[in-house]
Amino acid sequence: MYSQKVINLFQHPENVGVLRGANGVGMVVDPVCGDTTKLYILIENDVIVDAKFKVFGCVASIAVAVALTNMIKGMSVKDAYNISDINILSDIDGLPTEKQHCAVLICECLDRAIQDYNKKMEKANDKN
Amino acid sequence: MNRIYLDNAATTPMSSEVLNEMMPYFTSAYGNSSSLHGFGREARAALDVARDRIAKGIGCDADEIYFTSGATESNNWAIYGIAYANRNKGSHIITSKIEHPSILKICQKLENEGFRVTYLDVDRQGFVRIDQLLHYIDADTILISIMAANNEVGTIQNLQAIANIAKEKGIIFHTDATQAIGAINLNVHEMGIDSLSMSAHKINGPKGIGALYVRKNVPIVPFVLGGEQESNMRAGTVNVPGIVGFGKAVEIATRDIITNSKKMRQLRDYFINEVQKNIDMVYLNGHPIQRLPNNVSLSFAMVEGESILMLLDSVGIAVSTGSACSSGALEHSHVLRAMQLPLDLAQGTVRFSLGKSTTKADLDYTVAELVKIVAKLRQMSPISRAQVGKMTGGDPKCTVKK
Repeated sequence: MYSQKVINLFQHPENVGVLRGANGVGMVVDPVCGDTTKLYILIENDVIVDAKFKVFGCVASIAVAVALTNMIKGMSVKDAYNISDINILSDIDGLPTEKQHCAVLICECLDRAIQDYNKKMEKANDKN
Repeated sequence: MNRIYLDNAATTPMSSEVLNEMMPYFTSAYGNSSSLHGFGREARAALDVARDRIAKGIGCDADEIYFTSGATESNNWAIYGIAYANRNKGSHIITSKIEHPSILKICQKLENEGFRVTYLDVDRQGFVRIDQLLHYIDADTILISIMAANNEVGTIQNLQAIANIAKEKGIIFHTDATQAIGAINLNVHEMGIDSLSMSAHKINGPKGIGALYVRKNVPIVPFVLGGEQESNMRAGTVNVPGIVGFGKAVEIATRDIITNSKKMRQLRDYFINEVQKNIDMVYLNGHPIQRLPNNVSLSFAMVEGESILMLLDSVGIAVSTGSACSSGALEHSHVLRAMQLPLDLAQGTVRFSLGKSTTKADLDYTVAELVKIVAKLRQMSPISRAQVGKMTGGDPKCTVKK
């Protein structure tokens, strides 16, 4: 079933909540089971300085969100954008086959948050 | 740590009364019940006693009981065996959308083999739509299979009404009574039930043993071939200790049915009430009264069932999710879907199933832990109160793999 690492991340989740002042927000809804993840990131000088999340979902959805937010804090936006489900899965000692898509979804969620940030920056630049 | 088992719909602990009855048939009276010698006759005699007890428990004759490996085999066999034995009369089968997979899968297989199957809808409380049953019966219908009580949401079907309709139309009626034995009174002859599946481990008996009752004049072809056991109807060396335990378990379950179901009903209703009193936005699935005495299926708004299950597990409480999400398949429970429960509430469904030894203190502890767990998960949830019950499907764009 779940690895001990997944269970630990799930039982004592870090980075939970709404991030006040976030400048990038991404959300995904699992097409099959309806699990919903919302990710908040704060980017300063092309570096993700803080990240938080909210999840309506299973053990795996929560664990991947904790793992990802821990991973991206202090990371450059470019490096964060390149994180793949493989990176997440190896970080949490894997997931059961039927749950592996949770890792794909959290990466998609991060991409959306970064895209949201980029859009906001473009708009701000247009105004200037 | 306290360990509390609230997953008795999955399986039950074996009672010591049952175990004691079984023990000699492992060690001293170990003969093969088909053998002619004394060892064989000894086993055969035990088999006869068990068969009588089970027949008495459900109100049929002993020679109408066939032992199987469990209710899954019984269900598979009943559908397959009755369908093929009656193919000359027709090829239409009627069942419901909320049956156990051991009914649904064999029906799908038969569809591939040229049979026609109608899957009846249920209403929001999980009752099979009798109006649809009447509508879909035609001259070609040979078999109706409706479960006695649902394993996920606990709703007890209007079995007598369905049996009456089948009888009036001259159609064979099978019921999967796996969850109903020991919970509701069943007398197959009186009720006009032609075939019934049952299992020992749901009623404090051993695992790996079950039975199929088939009324005498109902044609059925065998399913497991290769031996003369069970009147040539089910081959394989007979599981004597299992059957002895099964017989005892049925005897106890039917003997104690009134006391047990009354006690469990009280605890069940106490638990539902306590949970709803202490946690808001919790909804009971299935019918509030016409439900299994030990079944509590609750949907917790804004949170997900598997997360509740795992956090309860971390404090020693064993439950199961109403959705199959945790057990391999990600698709939502076919039962909750058939009852048209919104996706988010289906996701937040947990089944608590009480047992003979469940106490009020167990339930108080569970409620106290649930309060903390649901609060913790709701704090984490991006779903707002206004969104509850509105989720119908996910975002298909999310399957893109990097």
